[in-house]
Amino acid sequence: MDLRFLEASPSKVEKNAIDVALVGTDCGRDQLLPALHAANDAVGWISEGALNHICRRLSVPPAEAYGVATFYSLFSMQERPRKVVHVCVDLACKVNGAEALVAAQTDFVVRSPCLGVCERAPAALAVEAGGDASYLMPELPLPQLGDSSLRLLRRVGTVDPLSLDDYRAAGGYAALRNAFLLGPQGVIREVTDAKLMGRGGAAFPTGRKWAATAGQPGRPHYLVCNADESEPGTFKDRVLMEGDPFAVIEAMTVAAYATGCTRGYLYIRGEYPRAFAALTNAISVAHERGFLGSNIMGQPGFEFDVEIRRGAGAYICGEETAIFNSIEGFRGEPRSKPPFPVEKGLFGKPTVVNNVETLANVLLILTEGCQAFHQVGTPQSTGSKLFCVSGTVPKPGVYEVPFGTTLRELLELAGGVEDLRAVLLGGAAGGFLRADEIDLPLTMEDARAAGTTLGSGVVLVLDGTVDVGGFLLRIAEFFRDESCGQCVPCRIGTVRQEEALHRIVQRKGDAQDLLLLRDVGQVMRDSSICGLGQTAWNAIESAIDRLGVQL
Amino acid sequence: MTIVDIGLPRRLVEFTLDGEQVTVPEGATILSACKDMPTLCYGDTLEPANACRVCMVEVEGSRTLVPSCSRKVEPGMVVNTDTERTRHSRRLVLELLGSATDLSTTPQVADWMADVGADPARFGPDAATVAQPAKVDNVLYVRDYSKCIMCYKCVDACGDQWQNTFAIAVAGRGFDAHISTEFSAPLPDSACVYCGNCIEVCPTGALSFRREYDKRAEGTWDESAQSATTTVCTFCGVGCNLTLHVQDNEIVKVTSPHESSVTHGNLCIKGRFGWQHVQNP
Repeated sequence: MDLRFLEASPSKVEKNAIDVALVGTDCGRDQLLPALHAANDAVGWISEGALNHICRRLSVPPAEAYGVATFYSLFSMQERPRKVVHVCVDLACKVNGAEALVAAQTDFVVRSPCLGVCERAPAALAVEAGGDASYLMPELPLPQLGDSSLRLLRRVGTVDPLSLDDYRAAGGYAALRNAFLLGPQGVIREVTDAKLMGRGGAAFPTGRKWAATAGQPGRPHYLVCNADESEPGTFKDRVLMEGDPFAVIEAMTVAAYATGCTRGYLYIRGEYPRAFAALTNAISVAHERGFLGSNIMGQPGFEFDVEIRRGAGAYICGEETAIFNSIEGFRGEPRSKPPFPVEKGLFGKPTVVNNVETLANVLLILTEGCQAFHQVGTPQSTGSKLFCVSGTVPKPGVYEVPFGTTLRELLELAGGVEDLRAVLLGGAAGGFLRADEIDLPLTMEDARAAGTTLGSGVVLVLDGTVDVGGFLLRIAEFFRDESCGQCVPCRIGTVRQEEALHRIVQRKGDAQDLLLLRDVGQVMRDSSICGLGQTAWNAIESAIDRLGVQL
Repeated sequence: MTIVDIGLPRRLVEFTLDGEQVTVPEGATILSACKDMPTLCYGDTLEPANACRVCMVEVEGSRTLVPSCSRKVEPGMVVNTDTERTRHSRRLVLELLGSATDLSTTPQVADWMADVGADPARFGPDAATVAQPAKVDNVLYVRDYSKCIMCYKCVDACGDQWQNTFAIAVAGRGFDAHISTEFSAPLPDSACVYCGNCIEVCPTGALSFRREYDKRAEGTWDESAQSATTTVCTFCGVGCNLTLHVQDNEIVKVTSPHESSVTHGNLCIKGRFGWQHVQNP
């Protein structure tokens, strides 16, 4: 291509950081996001010179690279202090004193959407250019640590996450060995018979997704592990990745074996530095020891590699097609479906996308067998589920309970709640339950029958002290900020909803504003391209209709 | 003799459109079978962008409405274009667009709005808009992004679908998303080659010839007094078709027929802008 570049040159530090990041790659467009990270990490922002150098190395037009860089909130296009503190002002932190934490900072503050550490709210992450990122809150052990009934979480906090030997001593890589005995079709049959449903929010049957991808004639097939956990109030995948990273890699390997993938991408959100470090280590150790690469565990002809990709601050990139665009080096905008990922996904090839928790369940199915897996949970919602309990609750954290446990039982595990006002179930795209509805059994089918959703497992508790109007405004603000801007209903609709909600909360609104909320909500649900726009109004609607919030 | 590639013979697909059985070639979109379907981001020479959501229709069995511009017809599909749900969607989409964007030079939009009863003013006087000063940074064309609906067509025409110049891209996110050169550089400092193919596909007049922009500002732009004459460009041997738009014996803009097998509506800087010598003998 005959591209026109800029005159600007990178500094030595920028040039070096970018060049190091590109060593060993084919300098394709898909290296754009890693290269932008390299520049931003090295000096704290992306200068014209750095962008230009990236464009020259990758043969990307500067206007397009600028368009991609400005899509992500973790990248700054203006020079800023080397140390930046990202203070979470999202739902769980908002009700736990986020504003006081903002006020207490002496460094440069960025007000951040949910950082995914809601159990330690209010949360803040300090990032220093050329250095490390670290949480400003003390560590908190798993609330159920030591509980012998834990299955998905059994290694978290008890096994050294950096040691492959410890992982193997604790049952690691037994599932992959069993997978090789079953053969790819056998693995898919087990997963299908186990009735495993996706844990990312959409609850799609995993076995069906795998069978559909495995049967596609196009090659290669790709696997994407969706670790872009960004739904406000969700932090279960982070806990799994930080505490049991080899399990994620093993489960990806099993999925790849079953669906005929030779390459996998682990797309992790940019705000998870500890999980990123744990997984990077796991991939490199697994490679050294023959658990990734070719002839894995001596299985002749089976080849699989995992590349880890960091997101850069965009909730939308957790959407299953936006994640492809982000990996490929384009703006993380969702694609129009059909075609579906199983047919035409990453790089236009058949692709299977699975959430971290979904994959963790696959290991259980293959070690216990699908019959045993079935015995936990309910006939339709099989297995156990991780719930992210946060908000105004004594013992917040990730809890593993069998499907069918009631919300009341879960809240009691977390220390009980006096003066319970409401629970936000499923996240910002989920819905509210009233205090008198907490006997709801937590299953996919009961949630659906009750007109709500378990979503990504968010259980955000609000007691009588919470300013509900301000809480709803934050939900509206979140979707306005995180809309990718591609389609009109979501791009402008989220703005109009936030404006109307502002008027209503400030008591300047009228009946027209309520009608406006409903009208705009309906067009977003009917005509947005992706799930973000289609569900952006769910929580606010349920606050009006279910909580009877007098707006 | 002109050789036209008619491609491989295609099977026919039957489906139901507004209660009538309709047959289209396999691979055809729903839009291709519709009459008078409003569209904004659809371009007859471009891949569907799926962005504006004006052409949404109801397909039986689909949870959401579907964009007719990109959804391919499947055998037995039952499609309704004029239901309470599609009209609600179209009304809201037009209200949202009209509340944020200056649609005063968007052809037909006023009729569509009247048809569904759209009232963009309902969001109140404080509704956020994309209003901003027009970018007048060169002598050939003007970018008035107050009128931009983010249809992606200019980006696609500038990029890999036609011109391969990549001078502009979508930057920012959400309501702040906008069309931009790298670091918002003025056009003369950008990769722009002034082919004007972005103006050709702009559906709202956000991109316009400098002459048109100036005449509109003077109040002398009068489309009813214009004639359009299609001829062949004299600059080189390619033989591009030019359509000269003439008002008061003055060329005021140049387009190219989209169905022309030579240009598909695209020109270079000479054909698009190199006609001043006609006025200044």
